[in-house]
Amino acid sequence: MRQLLVWLRKRYNIMDPILQVEKLEKNFGGVLAVDGVDFEMNPHQIKAIIGPNGAGKTTIFNLICGIYPPTSGTIRLKQHKINGLKPCVIAEKGISRTFQNVQVFENMSVLENVMVGRHCRTRSELFAAIMHLGTRAEEKGIRDYSLEMLSFVGLEAKKNEAASNLTFQQQKLLEFARALATEPNLFLLDEPAAGLSVPEANEMAQLIYRIRDMGITILLVEHDMELVMEVSDRVIVLSSGQVIAEGTSRQVQNNEAVIAVYLGEREIENADHTKP
Amino acid sequence: MTLGDQLLQYLFTGITIGAIYGMVALGFNIIYSSTGIINLAQGEFVMLGGMTMIYLTTIIKLPMVVGFFLSILIVTLIGAAFERGAIHPLKSPSVITLIIITVAASILFKGGAMFTWGKHTYSLPPFSGEEPVRILGATILPQALWILGTMAATVVFLILFFGFTLTGKAMRACAANRTAASLVGINVKTMVLLSFALSAGIGAAAGIIITPITLMDYNRGAMLAVKGFSVAVLGGLGSNVGAVVAGFIIGIMESLGAGFISSGYKDAIALVVLLLVLFLKPSGLLGSRERGEFKKF
Amino acid sequence: MIALITLAGAIMVIPLGLGDSYYLNVLIFVGIYSLITIGLSLLMGYAGQISLGHAAFFGLGAYTSGILSTKFGISPWFALLAAIFVTGGIAFLIGAPALKLKGHYLAMATLAFGYIVFIVFNQVSSLTGGPSGFGEIPRFRLGSFLFKTDVHYYYLVWSLVIVALLISLNITHSRVGRALRSIHGGELTANIMGVNTAKYKIQIFVLSAVYASVAGSLYAHFITFLNPSPFDFHFSIVLVTMVVIGGMASVWGAMIGAALLTLLPQYLRVFHDYDILIYGFTLLVIMIFLPQGLFAAIIGLVKKKI
Repeated sequence: MRQLLVWLRKRYNIMDPILQVEKLEKNFGGVLAVDGVDFEMNPHQIKAIIGPNGAGKTTIFNLICGIYPPTSGTIRLKQHKINGLKPCVIAEKGISRTFQNVQVFENMSVLENVMVGRHCRTRSELFAAIMHLGTRAEEKGIRDYSLEMLSFVGLEAKKNEAASNLTFQQQKLLEFARALATEPNLFLLDEPAAGLSVPEANEMAQLIYRIRDMGITILLVEHDMELVMEVSDRVIVLSSGQVIAEGTSRQVQNNEAVIAVYLGEREIENADHTKP
Repeated sequence: MTLGDQLLQYLFTGITIGAIYGMVALGFNIIYSSTGIINLAQGEFVMLGGMTMIYLTTIIKLPMVVGFFLSILIVTLIGAAFERGAIHPLKSPSVITLIIITVAASILFKGGAMFTWGKHTYSLPPFSGEEPVRILGATILPQALWILGTMAATVVFLILFFGFTLTGKAMRACAANRTAASLVGINVKTMVLLSFALSAGIGAAAGIIITPITLMDYNRGAMLAVKGFSVAVLGGLGSNVGAVVAGFIIGIMESLGAGFISSGYKDAIALVVLLLVLFLKPSGLLGSRERGEFKKF
Repeated sequence: MIALITLAGAIMVIPLGLGDSYYLNVLIFVGIYSLITIGLSLLMGYAGQISLGHAAFFGLGAYTSGILSTKFGISPWFALLAAIFVTGGIAFLIGAPALKLKGHYLAMATLAFGYIVFIVFNQVSSLTGGPSGFGEIPRFRLGSFLFKTDVHYYYLVWSLVIVALLISLNITHSRVGRALRSIHGGELTANIMGVNTAKYKIQIFVLSAVYASVAGSLYAHFITFLNPSPFDFHFSIVLVTMVVIGGMASVWGAMIGAALLTLLPQYLRVFHDYDILIYGFTLLVIMIFLPQGLFAAIIGLVKKKI
């Protein structure tokens, strides 16, 4: 019976939203990058934010993970307000991310990079380190979990390589492993397909599915429409800091306002005539 | 001397010394604006300017005017050489690297000066006599007027240079957005070189005009650099107006502090101001809040 | 660990060959300076922060220890302990706001702090004796045993260096050490990945100040007189040079740097006044061509041969 209920709730998304963004605004000394954005995410959802460059997509990510505070509005994770918290606190609460321009720790090895991800789930501090007290078990745990994450993304063979020696795609995967090591509930992917070839982007889509299967909710910013279409449950379209459409990928594709924003007004008139 | 006269006297002293700090700060600003680098060797340019002038006029016995411009030229070349030798070869240096390199350079300059001229303190004859000028109950040395005048001339020169010449505008473009500047054909590397040269020249001028009053020795650069930096930060890094205003503020504070509180702690005043500004409002008086926020992260 | 034991062994043995000679005296200084540079390398190499005013902590340790034991008759051991708290406390007070700053701003803040402390040493003559300082600082004693000769002091200092090395190595191989390196790798990114960067920066800053404080106390009770001149900006730069030359990201490198810059000037007596030129030049050359420092460069060479 219980299984049925769980399945029902999952199927019909009857759960408290995991992320709630309300009237979010960010003003950078005159530039209104985010202008009254509202959206929600349900657990296990994969949602994509798309929009032309400069629409404010990365700003929203930065606001969610706490790099700077919003000018106004609220962001809630599991019903608790998180805007204004430091990024490390937000990470501990269960949000992690990857970066558009990959930001691995180049001064560390691949394995060490992932082990940093375990930081917010472990506890031994300076005194214990100095005294070398009871840290062996925790270190082993960190190492084992990190190796698992590396296997998950397929990088375990490179575990002792310097992170700076990896290819771009490998560094992207490393970022995934590192972010997954923080055991996030909500995973923000900033242009995961950027710079990837078609086969690599397909692998990325598979990876995203596997991450969702781990029970993680995924929000991505992306320009690669094929990836967005394939992977997302729902899509939000952002332009000039405002949400101009939200729905399934199909709905959004056919939305006139969206087409206008991507192609320019005049194209719509032409588009109408040539549509099948 | 009445209290009012004393106050006025301290004011005059403060404005004079503040003008020097302001000029050092301008030097910081120029390099910082074009390159984002803070040149911790800035104080040494001031020292070298004074020392070179002393050497040229008292040893080689060149006339003052010739010595003045020649000294500035020499130090400008030293600044350019520094950029070519130590800054230019670096490939995307980290901040620590840049800091250590500029510190190392300042040590080298100091050591070089000590090697060349020894540890003595030297002086220059004042430019136009030693007879103090009485103004409203306090006196001011004619040399101080030279200092203020040179500073004013420097400021005017910078306004004209950055505002109206192609090169100056190119440097401002680099400061605003390096990539865009290079895309429109500005040779960024040359601009960097120029900014170092210009800073060195201004520093040298400051060194020359102050020597008749404060004398000069090989060790003077470090304290000037720190105080100049305090002024630059107080005014808002990158803001030339801020540098001038902040220079006067700190100069006057130092003068009043030395007069009324204690002259032993005089140097600490600018330093404490620096710490307060950095801790409370890193963007300074005239810098924008955002730039300050970016400094934090 | 093996390296540590080897070093400990070597250290124990050296005085037997040297006796109570001049070189033992120099090695004591190498030990004292190593204490400071090991701490500084944790701050600069691992956490990637910079301090241009560390001489101030050295001086605070020395003066606190010296003043407490001279003017208040406190035993040098307790004075050393008290100095740790005083210096650590001041490091916390200055570090908490300063470490919010980045790069150049942090460098200048530490520089300004170093200068202010130096000025205070010179000005508060009632406590510090001003520019001429004060003397008659008591030596360490254990029961009736007085740490008087160079040999005694050598073992005292180097035992503490070994302890410091042990502590530092433990830190670098720990979760905290990894967190520090991630800060160096990318502070904002580390923060986003869950590392409380502010906390760790302050902790390591205070720890490096404590190391310097212990070194200062050892210095004071060895020389038995103090004046402000060793604790100036010049010495802060010497410390940074030692760390950079040896290799910022290596505690072993820090020791090598301290050894090099203490031993070499002894052999290059003629350069005494121009040491400053050599420091500047060396710093410049190393930062441009060998930024990872001599130790790492040598290790790299050795690895290539193997």
